[in-house]
Amino acid sequence: MNTQNAPRKTQNATWRTLRQFLLIDMIKGFALTFRMLFAKKFTIMYPFEATPISPRFRGEHALRRYPNGEERCIACKLCEAVCPAQAITIEAEPRADGSRRTTRYDIDMVKCIYCGLCEEACPVDAIVEGPNMEFSAENRKNLLYTKVILLGNGDKLEPTLAERLKRDAPYR
Amino acid sequence: MANIKSTTRTGKANTAKAAPAAPAPAASTPTQPALPPAPEGMVNVFVDGILLHVKRGATVMQACTQAAKEIPHFCYHERLSIAGNCRMCLVEIEGFPKPVASCHWPVAEGMRVRTDSQATINARKGTMELLLINHPLDCPICDQGGECALQDQSVAYGGDRSHYHEFKRAVDDKDIGSKIKTVMTRCIHCTRCIRFATEVAGVEEMGATGRGENMQVGTYVEQAIQSELSGNMIDLCPVGALTSKPYAYTARPWELVRTTSIDILDAIGTPITVDNRHGAVLRTQPQENNAINEEWMTDAARFSYDALNTNRLTSPMVRRGGELQPCSWPEAFTIAKTALQNPSAGILGSMAGAEDAFSFKRFMETVLPNAPFDCRPAGSQLEDFYTFNTPLIEFENVDAVLLVGTNPRLEAPLLNVRLRRAALKRRVPVAVLGAEIDLTYPHIHLGNEPELLETFSKNKFAETLKNAQKPAIIVAASVLTRPDGPAIMAQLEKIAKKVGVIKDGWNGLNVLASTAGRITALDMQARNKAPKSDTASILKAFNSGKLSTLIAYGEDTILADDLEGKGTLIYIGTHLTPLAEQADLILPAAAWSEKSALYANCEGRVQSANQAVQPPLNAKEDWKIFRALSEEMGTALPFNTQTQLRALIAAQHPAYAPENWNKITPRTNAITQSPNHSITNKPFQPVVTEYYLRLEYLRQSPTMHKCQLEAGTARLGLHPQAPGPLPKPKTPSRKAA
Repeated sequence: MNTQNAPRKTQNATWRTLRQFLLIDMIKGFALTFRMLFAKKFTIMYPFEATPISPRFRGEHALRRYPNGEERCIACKLCEAVCPAQAITIEAEPRADGSRRTTRYDIDMVKCIYCGLCEEACPVDAIVEGPNMEFSAENRKNLLYTKVILLGNGDKLEPTLAERLKRDAPYR
Repeated sequence: MANIKSTTRTGKANTAKAAPAAPAPAASTPTQPALPPAPEGMVNVFVDGILLHVKRGATVMQACTQAAKEIPHFCYHERLSIAGNCRMCLVEIEGFPKPVASCHWPVAEGMRVRTDSQATINARKGTMELLLINHPLDCPICDQGGECALQDQSVAYGGDRSHYHEFKRAVDDKDIGSKIKTVMTRCIHCTRCIRFATEVAGVEEMGATGRGENMQVGTYVEQAIQSELSGNMIDLCPVGALTSKPYAYTARPWELVRTTSIDILDAIGTPITVDNRHGAVLRTQPQENNAINEEWMTDAARFSYDALNTNRLTSPMVRRGGELQPCSWPEAFTIAKTALQNPSAGILGSMAGAEDAFSFKRFMETVLPNAPFDCRPAGSQLEDFYTFNTPLIEFENVDAVLLVGTNPRLEAPLLNVRLRRAALKRRVPVAVLGAEIDLTYPHIHLGNEPELLETFSKNKFAETLKNAQKPAIIVAASVLTRPDGPAIMAQLEKIAKKVGVIKDGWNGLNVLASTAGRITALDMQARNKAPKSDTASILKAFNSGKLSTLIAYGEDTILADDLEGKGTLIYIGTHLTPLAEQADLILPAAAWSEKSALYANCEGRVQSANQAVQPPLNAKEDWKIFRALSEEMGTALPFNTQTQLRALIAAQHPAYAPENWNKITPRTNAITQSPNHSITNKPFQPVVTEYYLRLEYLRQSPTMHKCQLEAGTARLGLHPQAPGPLPKPKTPSRKAA
């Protein structure tokens, strides 16, 4: 082993010494810095500017409606069942017209791990994770989302949400 | 038999007897080695190559079950007749040209069944595809979702796509009352509900109209199902066509926490499961027990759980300035202590478990010595004889029945199921002495006058009883509330001994109590046996002012109007009943789902009910109330935990020891009273007039009120604006000659 490795070791040692004395690494580093002086800037002025995000981005939740205004959620409770963090709480009862609707749809945004399984489990595309990630709050109370908040999110973002689902549809 | 060489010969030789002409198998079947003969009455059958001895006349499905091979099925149910119309149980039998429906095909010698062959798998896949043609894909909004036979079996045996691209069928939903919700588009026409209504419940109201794609299951004339067992159709329905209306959309099966318990609303003691979520009971379902309920459950038990969340007492209350106001437990105990210094008495209601009755009894005996207390309804003269001497399962062998003053259809519907089967399948004669009733099966109405018992030996039915091997007499416990009750009992015993209802190795004289709690309380002997200590005397003394304090513990038979006394009424119970509204002090107790307790059923079988949820707010378990109050009064009862209490009970009442649970322990059952009075000619009154409201607990349930309204009117169009109940249609009963 030793006899085989000996010449290469000598060569490496020589090369190392040369690099040290000729400041090759330093020159390389300065070259990169110098090149970057003229490259296009990558930094954006967040929060005034935003990075582009994938249609599959998993941000703040929203409950969607049908175009006629009817809420999509049918209280099947599959999202509640699949949620690994047990962040979703649903209660349901027959509405006056006999249809199955939620009386309560809560998501604890603090418990939520933003895995997107609720979105995947939903048979009617009612619960979705939207593009918004700017919903931090100063107390936990404001992060317990109720049905009203979630439906409001849906109403605000519907065109975006529909577009995202459409773009992702071929891959589902 | 020993010479049998091939399936060809066995198929021909034996199916001729049992099966309807088996088709001749293909000639190319390879010859099989000879089989040793099966034991007497059995045949050799191969299931997937496993050799089995199967009872002759059994079906192929039963043989497969014996071999632990699962056969998917929808229409087949072991307690109903065989219909064979879902075709899901198709299996391949070697030598048969087509797959056969295993649920109705009898086994034959040397038959070779294949449950795992490609032909069987294809047959199942095809059947499933056919069933799913018209079945909607609405599992997410279907209450059966998660516990649906169609869902499970389509995953296990179905394919993943359909050849069918035309429109699906849609069917109008039927309104069949407040108990069952129907979504008839989901129906797969297994006809289980029709067969149950016709065969078990005895109401021929469900049926199918139309053929093929136009077939519809329903009542034809829109009306509420007039059965006290209709809820079982919900359990039987393999899909979501029939679901529970009160439970609609409230929960999913995977969210529910299941506890085993006992139904205490009649004397049968049906084992049930209580499903709760977040501390609220959301539904109750029967467990299977061949000796008690088979697998049925009464509607009163199934749908009355909303009473547990209605009108509950959640905090001790005291009357101040004419109004009941909430107070703390220490305050309530101080008031109770002062009131109980004066002459006091206690009465116990019909829903008590062994722990409750025992602690009540010990409280009365230790804290208030010599105070009268009783656990029987006013006027009742039940003594040491209050149970069945015939085990319920023996009603499969009973061959003549006399019903005295009782209506088992409303008092114990699950007993009536057994009587109906006996009357229809084995033509057992059933005679009724009492008010005319609709039992759902043919019976002889002897008359309504108790005097008939005196000349009973001349009656034709006495001869029938005498000729029977296992005759039975069933008396309602309410007969013993008549002034001449003991005389009737004594006369019945005389008759029973004369005609062989009581003989060596057989005792067919039975008392049918109203609830399991009554039997349990009598088992605990929760009454003062001194004279003038019965409920009627206590009420009289309280009304006349001789007693100044009355403890009404879970009391549900006294009407609020019966109390005229100015004394203090202490009510210990679960609901704000009309009686509780009259109380001066209320101590809130736990309902049946909120405590672990032991209950004896009419046979004397002790069963344990487990606590499913916590008592609401400040309500406490009953025995804890008596334990705490006794300490307040200066003499603490000798138990601090339920384990200690159960040990005390088991020591005094061996039937309640854990090793004797779920077994029938015979009671002494001696008729001790000598008849002082003679039988009067006052006719028997109907025991139960309103089935759904027969107990105070049931009267707290909004669903039960709805059901009772429908029971009176039948036609849904009349409900709920109907002015009054219409007369119930009667089935003609044969009058005694």
